[in-house]
Amino acid sequence: MNITISNLTKEYGRQKAVDDISFEVKTGEILGFLGPNGAGKSTTMKIITCFISPTSGSVSLNGYNIFDHSRELRSRIGYLPEHTSLYTDMSIVDYLRLSARLQNMEEEAIMPAVRRMVDLCGLGPERHKYIGELSKGYRQRVGLAQALIHDPDVLILDEPTTGLDPNQIAEIRSLIKEIGKEKTVMLSSHILKEVEATCDRILIINRGRIVADGSTGELRQRAKGAKQLLVQFKEDGNEVASSLTKLSSVSEVHPAENGESGWMVSTEPGMDSREEIFRYCVQRGWILTQMTPIESSLEDIFRELTED
Amino acid sequence: MNHIWIICKREINAFFDSLMAYIMLVVFLGLSGIFTWLMGGGDIFFVGQASLSSFFNVAFWTLFFFIPAITMRMVAEEERSGTMELLATKPISHFQIVAGKWMAAWLLVAISLALTLPYYITLASLGPVDHGATISGYIALLLISGVYTSIGIFASSLTSNQIVAFIVSLFIAFFFQMLFSQLAVILPDSLAGVTQYLSLNQHYQTMSRGVIGLSNIVYLISLILLGFLSATISIKRRAWQ
Repeated sequence: MNITISNLTKEYGRQKAVDDISFEVKTGEILGFLGPNGAGKSTTMKIITCFISPTSGSVSLNGYNIFDHSRELRSRIGYLPEHTSLYTDMSIVDYLRLSARLQNMEEEAIMPAVRRMVDLCGLGPERHKYIGELSKGYRQRVGLAQALIHDPDVLILDEPTTGLDPNQIAEIRSLIKEIGKEKTVMLSSHILKEVEATCDRILIINRGRIVADGSTGELRQRAKGAKQLLVQFKEDGNEVASSLTKLSSVSEVHPAENGESGWMVSTEPGMDSREEIFRYCVQRGWILTQMTPIESSLEDIFRELTED
Repeated sequence: MNHIWIICKREINAFFDSLMAYIMLVVFLGLSGIFTWLMGGGDIFFVGQASLSSFFNVAFWTLFFFIPAITMRMVAEEERSGTMELLATKPISHFQIVAGKWMAAWLLVAISLALTLPYYITLASLGPVDHGATISGYIALLLISGVYTSIGIFASSLTSNQIVAFIVSLFIAFFFQMLFSQLAVILPDSLAGVTQYLSLNQHYQTMSRGVIGLSNIVYLISLILLGFLSATISIKRRAWQ
């Protein structure tokens, strides 16, 4: 199912949590929804799952507006909310059964589905425990199991890996990837590595607005149009470095950060400065000891796009 | 209907899992039993007639406190702990959620009333009982419990604090229990008729004497539905904030 979001706005009083955003997610796509805390990720997801209503704008799944066909569409969405709040007074199996029933599943299909979810989410040894007795990681798994139990076409996961240990995170990631092959998945996170590892496409949102949209590779290119080089010379001194700015392909030069010695050289967009720098140094008789292309990390992009 | 029943079953299980149901049953049966049989002035032996009217009077008041205590957590707790989010995003309407919860609370009350049937049997062996009045008294209690449950769930949907929900529902119920009939005394005749009709006490008195009229039924059912509607709107309101 394709999710189409157009001109969605949600205001809380005067504050705009989501400000006129539009995008589309296609079947078989895993969309990473990235942004700092309070950017509007959860609000958007709550609107898609019909938990809250937008101030204006619309959301549709395969062309059906979610407000006109709310009941039918909700049964095709699997949702894991940010704070996985489950009934603590129920056992895992009872809770999954309840979720399956509420999702209109046939009575005879319910137990096999519960068993499948218990296996898939690794709940086996704990399955008869009360949810109140479970650790955060296990609760998260139960949350994921209830979202998947009715085999939904659309999965909306709000920070699915919070509270999990690294092994569990790896498991959940591969699970999401597996599921994402046939379904439409949207997951939010503020952990960049996670999104990078799981998602086909990344949407960065800040203060309710979309600031970037594309694959990881595309984002890297777009955010820092220019490549960066870490350059070191045998000769030391500002004079050497500052004279590099005279070159036509170099846009800026500044001292390297993070305890590295040398200079960071930014290249003019669309150009390659390596050859020019090399020839320039040869001409002056300077000795280059290092010239390393630096790929800007997603973290840099994220910070650049979301910082004020 | 199916969804209402699913919610209802889950709530009933929650009652019996958390001991709440047992505590309530013991308290209700204990209080109404003491006041009906043992309290001296006003109890069955004091009245000297084979009539359950003393029980009905006591139950009218015990349920007044007993039901808000059952219903106070039903919506408030879901909102506070955030479980409402997963419930409301399932294909179920707000009305079904309210109706399922109402049914569960009402069934718990019905069970506790059913457990007082031995009073009736005991009494029947002591002397000639007015069966009509007793049956209509029970029907009246069931309907009034429905009203209190409805009010209680509405109150619970207003807040995420259980204590506030308890007090609000007692406050609303108190109007119907006492204040409307008191108002009828001080208001001019034209208005007094209205408040008299709104007084739950008034309807209860006629019904527990064995007279169930259409106006009683219409009154009680409309109050129940009004509570349903208000609770549904109140839960929905959060989505539009």
